[in-house]
Amino acid sequence: MPHTESDIRKMLDKIGVEKIDDLYSDVPQEVIFREEYDLPSAMSEIELRRHFEELGKKNRTLTVFGGGGVYDHYSPSVIPHLLARSEFYTAYTPYQPEISQGTLQYIFEYQSMISELTGMEATNASMYDGATATAEAMFMMVASARKKNRVVLSETISERVLEVVKTYADFHGVDLTVVPAKDGVTDREAVSAEIGKGDVAGVIVACPNRYGIIEDFTGLADEIHAAKGYLAINADPSTLAVLRTPAEWGADIAVGDGQSLGMPMSFGGPYLGYMSCGKDMLRKMPGRVVGATKDIDGKRCFVLTLQAREQHIRRQKATSNICSNQSLMALYATIYLSLMGRQGLVEVNTLSCDGAHYLYKKLIETGKFEPAFNKPFLKEFTLKTNLDVEKLNEYLLKNDIMGPISAGEGLVSFAVTEKRTKEEIDKLVTLISEI
Amino acid sequence: MSKILEDLRYADSHEWVKVEGDIATVGITDYAQHALGSIVYVDMPEEGDEVTAGEDFGAVESVKAASDLISPVSGEVVEINTALEDEPELLNQDAFANWIMKVKLSDASEVDGLLTADAYAKICEE
Amino acid sequence: MIFELSRPGRKGYELPADKYNTDGLKDIPADLLRTQPLDLPEVSELDVVRHYTNLSNKNFGVDTGFYPLGSCTMKYNPKISEELSAHPAFAGLHPLQDADSAQGALELYYNLQHALSSLAGLSEFTLNPYAGAHGELTGLMIMKEYHRSRGDHKRTRVIIPDSAHGTNPASAMVAGMEVVEVKSKPNGSVDVEDLKPLLDDTVAGIMMTNPNTLGMFEIEIMEIAKLVHEAGGLLYYDGANFNPLLGRVRPGDMGFDIMHINLHKTFSTPHGGGGPGSGPVGVRKGLEKFLPNPRVKKGEDGKFYVEFDKDSLGSVSTFFGNFSVMMRAYAYILSLGKENIRNVGPMATLNANYIKESLKDDYLLPIDGVCKHEFVFDGLKDKSTGVTTLNVAKRLLDYGFHAPTIYFPLLFHESMMIEPTETESLETLDEFIEVMHKVAKEARETPEDVKNAPLSTAVRKLDETSAAKNPILTYKGMKSQD
Repeated sequence: MPHTESDIRKMLDKIGVEKIDDLYSDVPQEVIFREEYDLPSAMSEIELRRHFEELGKKNRTLTVFGGGGVYDHYSPSVIPHLLARSEFYTAYTPYQPEISQGTLQYIFEYQSMISELTGMEATNASMYDGATATAEAMFMMVASARKKNRVVLSETISERVLEVVKTYADFHGVDLTVVPAKDGVTDREAVSAEIGKGDVAGVIVACPNRYGIIEDFTGLADEIHAAKGYLAINADPSTLAVLRTPAEWGADIAVGDGQSLGMPMSFGGPYLGYMSCGKDMLRKMPGRVVGATKDIDGKRCFVLTLQAREQHIRRQKATSNICSNQSLMALYATIYLSLMGRQGLVEVNTLSCDGAHYLYKKLIETGKFEPAFNKPFLKEFTLKTNLDVEKLNEYLLKNDIMGPISAGEGLVSFAVTEKRTKEEIDKLVTLISEI
Repeated sequence: MSKILEDLRYADSHEWVKVEGDIATVGITDYAQHALGSIVYVDMPEEGDEVTAGEDFGAVESVKAASDLISPVSGEVVEINTALEDEPELLNQDAFANWIMKVKLSDASEVDGLLTADAYAKICEE
Repeated sequence: MIFELSRPGRKGYELPADKYNTDGLKDIPADLLRTQPLDLPEVSELDVVRHYTNLSNKNFGVDTGFYPLGSCTMKYNPKISEELSAHPAFAGLHPLQDADSAQGALELYYNLQHALSSLAGLSEFTLNPYAGAHGELTGLMIMKEYHRSRGDHKRTRVIIPDSAHGTNPASAMVAGMEVVEVKSKPNGSVDVEDLKPLLDDTVAGIMMTNPNTLGMFEIEIMEIAKLVHEAGGLLYYDGANFNPLLGRVRPGDMGFDIMHINLHKTFSTPHGGGGPGSGPVGVRKGLEKFLPNPRVKKGEDGKFYVEFDKDSLGSVSTFFGNFSVMMRAYAYILSLGKENIRNVGPMATLNANYIKESLKDDYLLPIDGVCKHEFVFDGLKDKSTGVTTLNVAKRLLDYGFHAPTIYFPLLFHESMMIEPTETESLETLDEFIEVMHKVAKEARETPEDVKNAPLSTAVRKLDETSAAKNPILTYKGMKSQD
């Protein structure tokens, strides 16, 4: 706050009041806060750094073998440097396109790259996270399938995503049917039975699913389309460089969490939720969208478009209340995908996949684990064990390792990324075999 | 001043209706297209859909606004104006010549409750 | 366009060699693998660095110049907050790792929620919501859950002033509640006489923005709070306009039961070109148990732990929200401390009133009197020139200022909403005032210059109609049009 005493005096005079308090003369005096806030006194930069240093010491950065929707992927050094350009991070939403072409163009590039990954024609400028994006996909299907209000969700979707979708459905009033998993994958018979009832607006499935399994959705899209409903697939975007895409499965909407695109785990955020769809659903898609156009001089440029659907215009008639996007994280993903390219992303998946298969084999060899489902997986897999999971993780934590995520009674999920080394995996296996 | 045709009936939500036999042709008024500005998209029902008087049957979008289309009549949609799919701007060119849907009326008496050209003109003036 | 720099075989990364002697992908059936081509750019690291550095130069941020965008609170983002938010001891934390190994992060979360509670006069905050709109949704869910927990299922209606931000009614719709509009008086404040008959036993509560979207304090707030509470409803405070009250007035003391705060407005975290933001939600005593999961709590032993409360409304986020955004807000609060934070609201209010008084000779001020952090002009005073608010906004771009918020609120035809924030100096305000006067003079003397603005920006007036009519949303889509 830059004002000097004399600045303040001059300004008060211009306004025609005597003192600062007079600027609050319209406020009922009994609600003017006169006590002391329960806060520390002001800290200098030196003290602030020390405070964060002290807090930081109470954290432990671990060798991560857990996933559960968040993966310890490699973050290229270039990205934080470019994100630190304050022309990017101190800008507002690009409502004035003439002076926001930087933001608008990277969002356009982001949309293009995510559309490449999902195989779909349109992508929005991003949502909060994968879970809320999935909930928005649910709303979108209900809004598109006129007069149907039921959505079927496979329980094999990540547990945290499931919880968020349930909450949104509960409050909004969507009739959500969660179909229990069967042998680690979507129970297709049960889903077919639900679709057969004729009132299903859409089906949501995940790939890879909560157990790390790559599910086979052959025929699912045709089945739900024949019943005039839609299919949404929640997919880890990193894996789409190698796995069959939502478009190839015939899905109408693809959603997921962008964290796997090299974003720091950062205790849960910020990441981003991505959402893609085909042209036919474009106008039901929530959130911002950037389009290419020309200015009056014929110059190529970019602009927020299809804004008429948005909450600030449509108010309670909007299909979503989202106003912002995770813009800077979309820039993160864009730079990541530019650096890695197709080949880099394939390598990331190959390394992760090979490491995961190596660990899988080694863990089985310890005799302490058994295959749980025997289904194809990429970087995360689930095993059966008689070990006490809590004790196992306490033991690994002592050795600076984040162990597996509990995946239900007697089940644990391990994840391996390209950041894990063979030595780290061998150490983990040795530690476990010594139990 | 917006154009209003004498021989049509109107809804206060700015749709017009023309009845021939048991078929009602529905569109938006010149006033509505003018208020919306450059129309970029028309969200239309499908043939065979049931529409209900007073409930929405689609939406029109311009660059800066989006507005629900409220059906003035009830019945089954028998035809939609597919020309609007590719050329939504036709509504700006002539909102009365470019209808949106044709409905087979389930209750023809509903039309009697709609506004006359004079009554609608008064609403537009307000 | 980064795609245009692509050359087959060029790469911008290095990864370690594969030492596993296994081919995991071979174990995956071929029909589960991708066959579609994947056309991502193939570029070098330097290509990437230059491309995005050059793109940043086509942007305008708070660090570039004055950003008087009403309702958006574009204050300076302190660099120390940026530095600390990237602290490596936090960046590598997995959100599911054991609480014992993340005590520093949990303590930060807890301390920040505690600080916000003190500043807002409420009992407890959740930091999980990702943005203001997400906070609104969460807050309304709390409101609904409170009534449901008492078995009162008929309270499904939310009263929202017609002057409210468009997000309020949209959030109510998403929360499955019905919107009832209450009228504003000509000065934009809630019409108490219009409110009274709406307060029946179907009302869950009211959402209010105070100061309202015209920047005016709702002077009848105590009466409104009393009426709504007597009718069994709750009061929701839209924290979008909290900045002028920070350090002076606490929403909890005005009778509000639930509120959200935009950390990216009031607590100085960057807007990031649209996000990530953060929208913490606070509640008064008695409503804490409805806050969304997961919750961060402090045990009697002083240790922090994560809890999933069974009475909670459920989850609205995957984990703990946008954590690194919270780190910045926490740094901001600590750097001001309990003393200096008292000046935030007053200085923001001082700046807004100074601009208002300095410009009301040329611009039409529809509501007189002391404003709070922002105010609205209804366009130029002289309406004969044909120069609109949009023209003025675009002309400001030519002079190196960001435009104000325009055509909101909807109560006036030519709304121009100006919010300077407390971080701008008197010299900057004076420069802005001078340019605004100059534009008003141009409107009288050379109106074509204003109507054709901007003249000097990197790109000029854009064809938004064709963008919306025939959306081109990807590089591929663009190429197929050529």
